[in-house]
Amino acid sequence: MRKHVVLACVAAFAVAGCSTADGGDGVASASTRDWTAPVGADGREPFASTYRRYPGRPTALVGATVYDGKGGRIDNGTVLFRDGEVVAVGDAALSTEGYDRIDASGKFVTPGIIDIHSHLGDYPTPSVDAHADGNEMTDPMTPEVWAEHSVWPQDPGFTRALANGGVTALQILPGSANLTGGRSVTLKNVAARTVQGMKFPGAPYGMKMACGENPKRVYGGKGRMPSTRMGNFAVNRQMWLDAQAYDGDKRDLGKETLKGVLDGEILVHNHCYRADEMALVMDMAKEMGYEVTAFHHAVEAYKIGDLLRENDVCSAIWADWYGFKMEAYDGILENAAFLQREGACVVIHSDDANGIQRLNQEAAKAQAAGRRVGIDIPDAEVIGWITLNPARAMGIDAMTGSLEPGKMADVVLWNGDPLSVYSRPEKVWIDGALLFDAMDRKRRPVSDFELGQPGEGDVK
Amino acid sequence: MTRALNALALGTASLLALATANPAAAQDVAITNATVVTGDGSEPIDGATVVVRGGEVVAAGRGIAVPAGIPVLDGTGAWVTPGIFATVTTLGLWDVGAVSQSNDTRAGNSPFSAALDAAPIVNPASQHVSIHRAAGVTRATTVTMPSSSIFGGQGAVIDLGADPNAVTRPRAFQVVALDEYGARLAGGSRAATHALFRNALREASTLGTQARIPGTSTRRDIRTGDDVPLDPRLAGRDTQRSDDVLLTRFDAAALVPVVRGEQPLYVYVERASDIRSTLALKGEFPDLDLVLVGASEGWLVASEIAAAGVPVIADGLDDLPQNFEELGSTQSNIGRMVKAGVRVAINAAAMENPRNLNQYAGNLVALTRVPGADGLSWGQAFAAISSVPAAISGMDGRAGLLAPGALGDLVIWDDDPLEVGSMPLKVFIDGVEQPLENHQSRLRDRYLDLDTSDLPKAYDW
Repeated sequence: MRKHVVLACVAAFAVAGCSTADGGDGVASASTRDWTAPVGADGREPFASTYRRYPGRPTALVGATVYDGKGGRIDNGTVLFRDGEVVAVGDAALSTEGYDRIDASGKFVTPGIIDIHSHLGDYPTPSVDAHADGNEMTDPMTPEVWAEHSVWPQDPGFTRALANGGVTALQILPGSANLTGGRSVTLKNVAARTVQGMKFPGAPYGMKMACGENPKRVYGGKGRMPSTRMGNFAVNRQMWLDAQAYDGDKRDLGKETLKGVLDGEILVHNHCYRADEMALVMDMAKEMGYEVTAFHHAVEAYKIGDLLRENDVCSAIWADWYGFKMEAYDGILENAAFLQREGACVVIHSDDANGIQRLNQEAAKAQAAGRRVGIDIPDAEVIGWITLNPARAMGIDAMTGSLEPGKMADVVLWNGDPLSVYSRPEKVWIDGALLFDAMDRKRRPVSDFELGQPGEGDVK
Repeated sequence: MTRALNALALGTASLLALATANPAAAQDVAITNATVVTGDGSEPIDGATVVVRGGEVVAAGRGIAVPAGIPVLDGTGAWVTPGIFATVTTLGLWDVGAVSQSNDTRAGNSPFSAALDAAPIVNPASQHVSIHRAAGVTRATTVTMPSSSIFGGQGAVIDLGADPNAVTRPRAFQVVALDEYGARLAGGSRAATHALFRNALREASTLGTQARIPGTSTRRDIRTGDDVPLDPRLAGRDTQRSDDVLLTRFDAAALVPVVRGEQPLYVYVERASDIRSTLALKGEFPDLDLVLVGASEGWLVASEIAAAGVPVIADGLDDLPQNFEELGSTQSNIGRMVKAGVRVAINAAAMENPRNLNQYAGNLVALTRVPGADGLSWGQAFAAISSVPAAISGMDGRAGLLAPGALGDLVIWDDDPLEVGSMPLKVFIDGVEQPLENHQSRLRDRYLDLDTSDLPKAYDW
């Protein structure tokens, strides 16, 4: 289990005190949380979330198989939510008085699916050069860039992730060309005219880092450091030493981000494939005084499940990607199951505008691979790989990621077992608002880009 | 998901003994009491039997008597299907995608394009062949990608058997990119693509006429064992050509069977208008044997594709406007084309790995339960990864089927093969039971635990 990283007002940052987590009056559920919205060095919250939950009906989902996201399963369960929050999760004895009842018998209910690794918006479709805003590929260290400044809210990919994948929250990361790629942003998967309108209120920032082939290839190819793995580490360690020396007298965007990491306020999401390299990164983190929250694309995590557990680092992984690059050569289907066997944290991620539509299926594949070697992981725990575990690693687990009273009513009603290829989301609620309904052709978002184009409003 | 237990262990010992005794020989075998999928588009049959003799299927279905004296596997709880037929792939042409030295899928600096031939470069020992064999893919087409020109070269039909003879049909088809990507290769415009394409086919046509060999080659000595002849100029001396040619002699010669309709032309195309322009080529070059690959907007012109009788190898689940030629893409594309009467296979090139073909097919079944969406029945979906791609690849009746006369390519699965996570228990190719070990399974076995108390992991093998 990941320990909860408590965000505090940090003196160097919060000159004028803490701002509230609440990005808008309507988000009652966020304002009561521990999380403090990120603030700039001037004490103000830059690019503050303007997300407000949309209206929803008090709803009772009755008769479903419920996976609560934290490992629990209720057959013939009842889920109640109103005013944007989960009110109760229980069995058939729960009173549904005052709620709109939806007969969910034969169907399944899970928390909203969460993707910890997405480039929607910063590498949107259509994927033309004019849209390629995910890698500031001009310096191996760009902690000063923020992914939210690249997010195009009209990316049609958001709508597919909602309708086909049941994705209700996602982290948008800078790419992996740089050793330090910049800040990530966590979004509610709710269509908006601005990225501020999608920003998850109260979510901490992440910072993207990358080890291995990409940074050394990109910068080695430009004839500059790093061109080797040892160069990768040298550049990174010097970056941390310089950050430690930052006194905040003169604002420095990059140093502010790095300082936020050193202070435990910003979570490190580190692209890293190879086991030996992850072990080195964890030691670098100890040396420099920060924590790695999750290794992403960790195809060799299964080789060091013990070490990852001891260091309390999550592995965000694919079910079956392998072989496309040298550092992905040792990918195996049992990666997630072997990590689970060691008690290490597993997150299934997509890194892909198509894969994000099928995270449930990817989790099922990883589960089945474990079963074949005698590692039986209950369905209810597997659902945690795509709900509560990513929520923890993104620092939003106090607000979402599981079906518990008081949490955001981010809920998916599936038309069958979500770990089956034959099932799809039937309805998706975010903060209690029905934002996708397979039974109502107009209850699906259509981005500005798709209006008047072939297939506008199609089932997709 | 419930996983049926299976009783395969009953007959396994005898069969493995056979396999060990003579690993290269086709075995006679019968599987009984299984859920059998014939691959022809029909629905699965419970309690059925499959009989394989001499490397070929001799019977599949219910009420079949098992001939005396052949090993019998009890397939209770298991599924038996034809092996998955993956088209279009690059299996056997690369080891690591981003390690260029190990990757033969593109030849952007080559002077040749259409003349590129995958057959002699297929490596049956490639890890991807082993890994996909273990995932139930028994036969595939493999081909180089358009890179130096709009023509990508000639693809081969291969089997994924653990033996040195991978190629079933060399030069089974030619590929050409008439899509947005092809336009970049041709010089920056679809207009350039069409000029280049027409010029190439006319040069090939002229070259074919000059050969004074109508139809197929009569030079039997340079035939290579299949039904697609090698043009004599690929083997013989030069013939007189005009100086005003764009194609190398080899490339033009490689296109002679295309323009004569002796070799199918796989056309990479996505946009509805580009599909129409492709179909219209038949007016100019009546003998062309066209196959559309990609066809994300195929549903918008489905009736025209059906009327032209052109099969499609379609991207299964593309539903994003990846570029401006795929604005209309939807997961319902295949279902809608099939409904209109088009013969559609799922394109293995449009997914992370061809071993995801069954997952993609399963998703098309899922669409039948989504209002407004169009999917496939279970049987249709399985056919789209077995008999249909096999037939498009010139293996009609021979692969992707459990029917008398079909090759003995079959897979015994632990559960519904279209369900995520189902895996083969046994794989047969040409009636030979195949090893399922590979780099990944060896890593899996080594890391079943992390115990290094006695020796490093390096000694665990």
